[in-house]
Amino acid sequence: MHETIQAVILGLLTGGVYALMASGQTLIFGVLKVVNLAQGALVILAAYLSSSLFDAFGIDPFLTVLLVAPAMFLLGTAVQWCLLRPLHRSDAPQLSLLVTFAVALGIEGVLTLVYKSDYRSIQPGYVNRSWTVAGYQVGEVRLAACLLSLATLGALALLLGRTRFGRAVRATVQNPTAARLLGVESGRVAALGFGLGAATAAAAGAVYGMVYSFNPGSHYDLISRLLSIVVLGGLGSLGGTVIAALAMGVVSALVGALVSPVWSDFSFFVVLLAVLLVRPGGLFGARLRGAL
Amino acid sequence: MRTAAAIAALSALLAVFPFLATAPWVMTIALFTLMYAALASAWNLVGGYAGYPSLGHAAFFGLGAYTEALWFNHHGIGAGLTPFAVLPLVGLAVAAAGLPVAWIAMRTRADVFAIVTITLLFVAQTLAYNLRGITHGAQGVAMPVPDFAPATFERPFYYAMLALLVLALLLSHAVLRSRLGLALLAIRADEDKARGVGVPVGTAKLGAFALSVGITGMAGGVWAYYLSFIYPQFAVDPLVTVAMVLMVFLGGRGTLWGPVLGAFIVAPAQQYLAYQYGASQLYLLGYAALLVLVMLVLPRGVLPTLGDRYRSRQRRARTLRADVGTGVSADTGGDIAADVAGEQP
Repeated sequence: MHETIQAVILGLLTGGVYALMASGQTLIFGVLKVVNLAQGALVILAAYLSSSLFDAFGIDPFLTVLLVAPAMFLLGTAVQWCLLRPLHRSDAPQLSLLVTFAVALGIEGVLTLVYKSDYRSIQPGYVNRSWTVAGYQVGEVRLAACLLSLATLGALALLLGRTRFGRAVRATVQNPTAARLLGVESGRVAALGFGLGAATAAAAGAVYGMVYSFNPGSHYDLISRLLSIVVLGGLGSLGGTVIAALAMGVVSALVGALVSPVWSDFSFFVVLLAVLLVRPGGLFGARLRGAL
Repeated sequence: MRTAAAIAALSALLAVFPFLATAPWVMTIALFTLMYAALASAWNLVGGYAGYPSLGHAAFFGLGAYTEALWFNHHGIGAGLTPFAVLPLVGLAVAAAGLPVAWIAMRTRADVFAIVTITLLFVAQTLAYNLRGITHGAQGVAMPVPDFAPATFERPFYYAMLALLVLALLLSHAVLRSRLGLALLAIRADEDKARGVGVPVGTAKLGAFALSVGITGMAGGVWAYYLSFIYPQFAVDPLVTVAMVLMVFLGGRGTLWGPVLGAFIVAPAQQYLAYQYGASQLYLLGYAALLVLVMLVLPRGVLPTLGDRYRSRQRRARTLRADVGTGVSADTGGDIAADVAGEQP
């Protein structure tokens, strides 16, 4: 019993981090209707950048987010503007999917050249400290990561719900044509939306680098998890994504604790197949459009 | 008819090749080129004709490789040609394993299909590492080294790959001429409408997928026997998937010869560079850059683009001739009809 509850706590904390990563994915899908296969690679890239900043200048990994996020934002905007926007309209959905795949491979290639393929992780002094609450271990980094995720998600929700830009994004998500007719510059919204999605990867990357060890090839692992979460949450629903991320975090932690850590990776794939079998639209995917 | 003749001519040409070039390194490059041509043609059945981009074909390549390797793991030295004889069974087994996944993955749209297949790739790799009782994990599986004469060691493998390429081409050709081909093209154009007018979309997609992964698995089997030792990271390698996608898009997806052309361009270049410089970290960058370039500049691929050029030039020449002959502008109607006929794959 103790073990189970400990696994649930761990799962919820991990799920918070997944929620952050997957929300960027969901945002990009909502705005562009493109499954961004590069999201995992963006997270790993951000993890490397944070790791380098920490190693070279001793900047606290949580603070590196402030430096890495703008860079990732620019990168995301550039990817959309230079690679996705010029694609031929009639084939755009299939081609953009493959272009994001190519971007993922390109990032992996660059990281392999620069950092080699050894595993590394970000190790600030407090990385292994934990509090004991009523007999249960709560890792400080994981808790801080979860809080950071929640803060970022909150900021994202405010941005989407309260600002002019957010309204333009939501309009584009609901009906791109109508939004354009009403004067939303859909091209710019798409670029900024992609940039915003990439910027969330910055926060996720710093956290990921502290909790897990990673190498340039880790993005395959990560992207399969993120995609499973996004499908479970119903493509394009931000709330659904967060709930799905927490659920998957708990499920995989439980499988890891009670069965074997090896099989916890498979829980994602099994859940993905089960969802597609039972509810192809995902848990909250009844409304594919306009769910942001 | 012309297509069948062209396939026969190409295979005759390729069958003679080992007698012209005997250097082992040339044969190795040729063998891998044929393998990638067969793989790309197989991918094209699903990714090209039906428009469902699979990112997980490397999983089926690896499955075929492991099936073949495990089958002969316990045999003594020199299993000779027997491992080639069981390839059809390997293909069937891989196709059978692929069907349930495809059945679930293809219920929804192409996005979700790509998601499931890329996840499958990762799952297959993890399985290859962790099912140690079967796959021996990271230690890999050994196959008996065949007792072929060293001077012509590559030849049997070369012909096996050639046979797979011809099989893939003949199957694609037959599919295109059948109701299945029509169904696949209808699915790519508009799946909902196709279903609406009674096209059996589910069966068509599954059929194409089974053929595709069957060939992919057989190629994996030959590959495993050639290397005679397989490791998880090479048997289930994302680069194999990327290579297939790149070759098909470069040559022209949804055409019979496009994937072959793409493979004949990319595979020798990649193998040659690997021999000369051995910089495998650069593969990824090269593949990624080339893929983006193709998507942006030649989204339809080399063959269809060249075909269009050729046809429009012919039409212009004919218009000129007609102008000179009669003094009035030409019969544009007939030309358009000819173009429409020419568009048919």
